[in-house]
Amino acid sequence: MLEHRVLKSLLGAWALAACSAEETAAVEVHLGGCGPCADEARRLREAVGLLQRPESLDLDPALRTRVLESCLDRRPPRVPLPDWAAPYDAEAARLDAPLLQDIGDAEWHAPVRLRWFDGRRPASRRTTVAGVIAHLLAVDGLVAVALGLDDPLAGRAAGSATPRGRTEAYWRDSHFPPTRSVRVPWREQSHQLVRTVSFTGGAGKLSVPYGGFELPLHDAMLDRAFECWVHAEDIAGAVDYPYEPPAPRHLNRMIDLAARLLPAVLAARRRAGLASPARARHLVPAGKPGRSLRLEIEGSGGGEWLIALDAPALSASLEWGDPHGAVASAEGEVAHVALDGAEFCRLAAGHVPPEEAAAGQLGDREAIRDVLFAAASLSRM
Amino acid sequence: MAKEDAPPRWDRRMQQRLTHGEAAALGECYDRFASLVHGLAHRVLGDEEAADGITREVFAHVWQNPEAYDPKQGPLRSWVAMLTHRLAVQRLRATETAALARDARGTPEELEHKVRHASVTARADYIVTSMPAPLRAALERAYFQRRDYRQTATDLGITEDEARRRLRLGLQLLSTAYDTDPSEPDAAPDEPGAA
Repeated sequence: MLEHRVLKSLLGAWALAACSAEETAAVEVHLGGCGPCADEARRLREAVGLLQRPESLDLDPALRTRVLESCLDRRPPRVPLPDWAAPYDAEAARLDAPLLQDIGDAEWHAPVRLRWFDGRRPASRRTTVAGVIAHLLAVDGLVAVALGLDDPLAGRAAGSATPRGRTEAYWRDSHFPPTRSVRVPWREQSHQLVRTVSFTGGAGKLSVPYGGFELPLHDAMLDRAFECWVHAEDIAGAVDYPYEPPAPRHLNRMIDLAARLLPAVLAARRRAGLASPARARHLVPAGKPGRSLRLEIEGSGGGEWLIALDAPALSASLEWGDPHGAVASAEGEVAHVALDGAEFCRLAAGHVPPEEAAAGQLGDREAIRDVLFAAASLSRM
Repeated sequence: MAKEDAPPRWDRRMQQRLTHGEAAALGECYDRFASLVHGLAHRVLGDEEAADGITREVFAHVWQNPEAYDPKQGPLRSWVAMLTHRLAVQRLRATETAALARDARGTPEELEHKVRHASVTARADYIVTSMPAPLRAALERAYFQRRDYRQTATDLGITEDEARRRLRLGLQLLSTAYDTDPSEPDAAPDEPGAA
């Protein structure tokens, strides 16, 4: 016969039907004669009825935007989010939840192949889901450092300051392959970035060195938003999770950044002998209209951009809208390319080789080829 | 599963930032609590759109009245859960009352019963997500994975005594979901860990 103390300790297990048959029988005999235990047993049985599987409802990322906007309408913020930081804020948020939040321990080690276009041909590098987040953490760290925040690579072996160099250094210097534990530092840093640019955003002159070129802060934040989305898709693909494109107005800003960067990339490729020679070097005075290509992006978030074809190479810096270069103009239009927004982004991410991009083309074939290759060359690891 | 309760320092800091009118703080607050808020609202109302609406109301309240949170009373998480619970139960009562008036089906007692049931269920959810992780883990093994307490002990690497203790304590905590005066169904839920 079990004593009262033991029988009482069994009540929880009994209520859950998690005892042996003998114990269950002993508890039930005891309940017939012990009022306090019978009361507790009844309460615990009732409580079992309240146990439910947590509903795994994934929140629609669009709800975040709607809720935040409705709050900010009711009480305008004293420190608003700069509109160029909104795409990064939204992309980091939806990568974190629902995507990363729903990823099981084992899936963090699912293989992912990072792909990009190295200027001449497609390139790739194998990593894991956790490795991708480590990559985002390391490269977002470029912005953090420029803002005076902690470098996530601090205390690790110094590598080169390029996105790839930093990522390789992070991976190499970790004693173990990255695990899900990388999620928290990545998310904390992304929150820190959004917060810090809200305060410093207006001081427009800040630029972010990428090791070899620089981007103004607001463009760097758009670049990081684009990378966040592209790598979220890599992860979603690896764990078989549906993933939507960014909100149209965010997508539009990302495409706009790519379009603004194209002339300088094109010029750099030309100097490296990877693109056809400029036609206008001696014919068009600086600042005057030169040849241009009309880039038409279809679908929501799309639009039209005129790409200057004969802008000069800019030394080690991908600054845009340089007043010394030939200005893109409608009169100088020599070609017209039309792409679907998603296809253009795949191209700019280096996920589609430029020769294979599904683009409607009209006009100067060489100019079109140069621009498509330049778009692919925007990508990097 | 929900995260552990935030450290009080984070809570106080968040309150200051919200009061200061930092939009980025509102975003962080949403990122931390939105799934809790939406989940509780959905448990009470059983409807996606209504849960979206409650989510909007809760964050609007937090954003417009951050000073109403008193860190001495407990974690921000509990305050947000309490707000959600109150607004969702209010909404349920309002829609059910309107339906009762319109269709003249059911009785006020049935309405009360339904509201109370939804309220207790949502409170139980919150208790489960907020209880200490070891208790939750034991309940999950025993209930959802149908492990007996000896297997639960082995799974969790604890003694059989400890497994029995955790199962009992977990259920005791959960049973407090019923502990609200039925005449005040809108009352604040208990806040485990808020003491």
